[in-house]
Amino acid sequence: MIPDIIFYIFATVLVLTSLMVVVVRNPVHAALFLILAFFTSACIWVLLEAEFLAITLVLVYVGAVMVLFLFVVMMLDINLAPMREGFAKALPVGMAVAILMFVELMLILGPSRFGINIIPTPNTHDAGYSNTKELGRILYTQYVYPFEIAAVILLVAIVAAIALTMRARRQSKYVRPEQQVNVKRNDRLRIVKVESEQRTR
Amino acid sequence: MVSLSHYLILGAVLFAISIAGIFINRKNIIILLMAIELMLLAVNMNFIAFSHYLQDTAGQVFVFFILTVAAAEAAIGLAILVLLFRNRATINVQDIDSLKG
Repeated sequence: MIPDIIFYIFATVLVLTSLMVVVVRNPVHAALFLILAFFTSACIWVLLEAEFLAITLVLVYVGAVMVLFLFVVMMLDINLAPMREGFAKALPVGMAVAILMFVELMLILGPSRFGINIIPTPNTHDAGYSNTKELGRILYTQYVYPFEIAAVILLVAIVAAIALTMRARRQSKYVRPEQQVNVKRNDRLRIVKVESEQRTR
Repeated sequence: MVSLSHYLILGAVLFAISIAGIFINRKNIIILLMAIELMLLAVNMNFIAFSHYLQDTAGQVFVFFILTVAAAEAAIGLAILVLLFRNRATINVQDIDSLKG
């Protein structure tokens, strides 16, 4: 009974915060509500015994991605007034599409197909079970090539983000090493024989 | 008792909310990116719920990869956003029509 109450509390918080993300006026507030939504869903993932992914969600999303979002939102000087044009006009359409989609999903995902009678609650793992160990075992054996591709994707993301946003300054002066090491003495230094002046009487 | 259906419906609610968010915030790219993150969260919720109830760790591996790709996507998307704001001084979707699509 207690896990049910915990689930309902977290689910309510999650739904309310995600609603606030899409309806709130200020993008900074939306990002902060999204942080709360990620944190709450990490709590729900702990209920589902996915401890490693819950901590990853907090570390990677709350710690990195949402900080990046907040950084960009605060760095850009955005005029919010034109952003809200058509908000009231689009609201009924958006609500209608969302409710329609939700009803359709309910027809498929309802208790008649995925209820407790069809798929029973699995036994909880014993105290010695490590979700991280199990995930690492399968990730480094069966899924090792997708894992390496994921690493390459992250590398490409780093390179792309830097290449897109880096500005080369035209006035900046810097040394070109290849020309610097190839320089000869004759290029820099010229010995000039100068006749010594005769003393004038 | 909380069944698999509860978690799937929670994911469906999240997905529907983010669809509505894309409809009602269609001028602000930042909120659109946040709605996409919310959608991916809903999908991850479904994966983890199935992984738990069917006792199969493969679902969690998929969530791991989705998190990786979503982080890369957010980084590149925000980089494009910064570049766009630097060149056009706007992030309004209505003003981004250089390609005349």
